[in-house]
Amino acid sequence: MSERFDIAVIGCGVVGLAILRRLAMSGLKAVALEKGADILSGASKGNSALLHTGFDAPPKSLELKCMQAGYAEYLDIRQNLNLPLLETSAIIAAWNEEEKAKLEGIEKKARANGVNDVKQLSPTELRIREPQLSRNALGGLLVPGEHVIDPWSAPLAYAHQAIAHGAKIIRKAEVTAARFEKDAWHLTTAQGEVTARIVINAAGLYGDKVEALARTPSFEVKPRKGQFVVFDKPAAKLLRAILLPVPTARTKGVVLFRTIFGNLAIGPTAEETDERENATTDTATLEKLKARAIEMLPALKDVDVTALYAGLRPATQQSEYIIEADEKQNWITAAGIRSTGLTGSLGIAQHVSALYAKHFGKLPKKLPPPKWTPVPNLAEHAIRPYMKGGEIICHCEWVTRGEIEAATKGPLPAGDLAGLKRRTRATMGRCQGFYCAQHVSAAFEKAKHGAS
Amino acid sequence: MEHHDVVIIGGGPAGLTLACELRERGRKDVVVLEREAQAGGIPRHCGHGGFGLYNSWRTHKGPTFAKLLREPAREIDLRTATTVLNFTMSGNLRLHSAKGIQEMSAGTLVLATGTREASRAARLIGGNKLPGVMNTGELQQRVYLNHEKPFSRPVIIGSEWVSFSSLLTCRHAGMRVQAMITEEASLDAPGIFGLGARLVFGAPVLRKAKLRAILGHKKVEAVEVEQGGTTKQIACDGVIISGKFRSESALYADGFIEREGWAPKVTEQFKTSRPNVLAVGNVLGHLERAGTCMLQARELAKVMTA
Repeated sequence: MSERFDIAVIGCGVVGLAILRRLAMSGLKAVALEKGADILSGASKGNSALLHTGFDAPPKSLELKCMQAGYAEYLDIRQNLNLPLLETSAIIAAWNEEEKAKLEGIEKKARANGVNDVKQLSPTELRIREPQLSRNALGGLLVPGEHVIDPWSAPLAYAHQAIAHGAKIIRKAEVTAARFEKDAWHLTTAQGEVTARIVINAAGLYGDKVEALARTPSFEVKPRKGQFVVFDKPAAKLLRAILLPVPTARTKGVVLFRTIFGNLAIGPTAEETDERENATTDTATLEKLKARAIEMLPALKDVDVTALYAGLRPATQQSEYIIEADEKQNWITAAGIRSTGLTGSLGIAQHVSALYAKHFGKLPKKLPPPKWTPVPNLAEHAIRPYMKGGEIICHCEWVTRGEIEAATKGPLPAGDLAGLKRRTRATMGRCQGFYCAQHVSAAFEKAKHGAS
Repeated sequence: MEHHDVVIIGGGPAGLTLACELRERGRKDVVVLEREAQAGGIPRHCGHGGFGLYNSWRTHKGPTFAKLLREPAREIDLRTATTVLNFTMSGNLRLHSAKGIQEMSAGTLVLATGTREASRAARLIGGNKLPGVMNTGELQQRVYLNHEKPFSRPVIIGSEWVSFSSLLTCRHAGMRVQAMITEEASLDAPGIFGLGARLVFGAPVLRKAKLRAILGHKKVEAVEVEQGGTTKQIACDGVIISGKFRSESALYADGFIEREGWAPKVTEQFKTSRPNVLAVGNVLGHLERAGTCMLQARELAKVMTA
C-alpha cells in the first residue's frame, strides 16, 4: 500500500471512530485500522448505552471535560445523523440510611460539575415518579439530563460520516508491527502496510499492546468485565428513569435501565479479568443480577429474560482517561477509556483534534460543509422500517428483509453476523433465534453474495 | 377497518384445524393470521416421523403432516407473512404485512400462537457467546429445511420429548451426540426411551446434572457441567438447548389477558379473562403433540358453534 495518510487511527471502537470522524472532517487524510471483522467488535460492543451528564465524574478531570463536550455535541448532531435519544432522566436511589446520607454529597458534586438541575426526591416523590419501584427505597436524587442512546448506531454514523469526508476504514487489519522511518509510521497489518505521519492509538482493550509496538507503555490495561441481564419488552413500562445506585469509590455499581430497543436491563458488574477477547457470563452472577432487579422492581418477576451479555471495559491502573500526544514520536494515545467512552467519544475527538493542532500542525480554517450520513433508526420509540411494510424476518424485533439487505450494502457493509445484529437488532429478541436465526443467516448470505 | 367474525392468530395444527372445523360448522367469516411465509407450525421442520397417530391411524413425517394440514385450509382465508404486532386499547389487532400496518377487529379472537423452547438467556446459562448454540427449533430448521450441519459433536441439554426429537435430528444429520444432560433424576420422556437409561442411542445420559457454562474461543469447545457437587467439562462443538417450552406469549405479556405462569389463564371452555378472546393449542402451556392440539381445536369449534 503506497498511499500515505496524515493519520492512522488504530481501533474502530466508538472512540477511534469519533476521532476518525473529527479529523477527517477537519480535512486530514485519515485511515482507521480494525483487528476484528467489523467495527465495534471490542469494548464498544457491550456497554450500558447511557448518555451521561458527568454529574458524578471527578471534578475538573479530563474525563468530565470530554463527557460534557461529547454530550453537547451528541445533542447537536444527532438529528442530522438520525441518532435517537430516549429522554429518561436518572434517579440515584438510596436503599438504606447510610446511602441516603450520601445523596447530599452527590448533589454537591453534581453542582460543582455544572449539573445544576439535580434535585432530591422524598420517598413520596419517588413513588409518584416510579410507582413500580420497591417501597424499600428511602429517597433519591433526580438527574434530569441522563438519557439512553443507541450504542451501535452512533459509532456507525460516525464511521459513515468519516468515510463521506474521505476517510478509509480497513477491517481485519490487526497491526502487528510499527516502525518509524522518514518522518512517518509504517504499520504492518494483516491487510498490508499502511503509512501515516501520525498514529493515534485508540485500541481499547489492546491499548497497551499497541502502545508497546512503538514505545514503552505508561499504562497497563486491566480489563474490567461487566455482565448484564436484559428483560423482555413488557418490562420497559415498569420504569421511567435510569435507576442508579449510590456509587462506591471503585464503581458506579449496578444500574437498572431501559434500553433504546425497548427492553429493560440490569448491569454491569465490575469484575477484574484477564479476558480481552471474549467476555464470559456466569450463571451465579446472572442469577444475582436478576434477583437484584426483581428486588428493586418486584413486577419484574413476571417478565422473562430475553438476553444476556458481558462487556469488557479497558481499565488501567489509573481512573482518569490517558490522552496524550508525543511530539517527538508522532504518536497520540487515547487509552483507559472505560464506561463513559460512549458519552465521551465526541469530546475525546475534540480534545485529540486540539492536541493534533498543538503538536503536529495547524488544521485548515476553511472547511467544506459537513456531509451528513443519517443511519437507519433502530430505536423502539421512533419510526422503524417495518412500519412501512416489507417482509419481517426477525419476528421478535420486527426486522425486515430490506434492513438486512441494506446492512450488507453501502460504504461499510456488516463484516460478520455479529455486525449485522448490531446494525439491525436481528435475532436479539426473546426467541434468541428459535424462529428466525436460520432465516436471518440465509438472508445475510444471500444479500452479501447478491451485493458482491 | 376490516372486521371478521372470527380471527385466529397462528396457523399451526390448532389454528388451521379450528378454522376448517368452524367453516364446516357454518361459520364462514374466519381469518387465520400466520407470520411465517408458510402455515403449518412446528411440524414443518420436524423431519422425523410420528405425526398424526391420533388422527389418521398412520404416521407421517412432520413436513408431510404440515402439508396435509394445509390442504383443507385452502378453503379458508389464510394470510401468511402477516404479523400481529399488538393490540390497540380497544382490543383491535394491529397487523403488519408487506403492504404496511393496518388494523382489524374481530367478533371472536382466538390465540393459537403455540409454544417455543426457553432460550439460553432465559435459562441464565453462562459462558461465552458463540455460534453453534441453539434450540431444537433452530436446529431442525437448519437440518431439515436448509440441509445444513451446524456441528458434528453436540451435547443435548434436557430430556423431554423434544430432546429426543433433537437426538433423532442429530442422527439424521450424521452427528455424534456426546451427552444428554438433564437436571432430572430420571428421563422425563416416557416409554420407548427407557426410564433411568444410562445410554440413549449410544449417547451417555448425565442425570441430576446442570449446565453451568458454554466455553470456547471462536466456536464451542466444551460445556461445563455440575453433577453431584463436582464440576467437569465435556468436549463438544455444539449445544442444543431443548425443552422447557413456554407459551409464545409476546402478544399478551403486556397485560392484554390474565396469565398463569407464561400461559393465558383459561376456563375449561377455552375462555380467557377477556370477553370474546379464546386460546387453544400449545399456547395453553402444556406441550402437546400436534394431534392433541387438533383435538382441542375440534372441541373448541364445537363450543363456539353450540
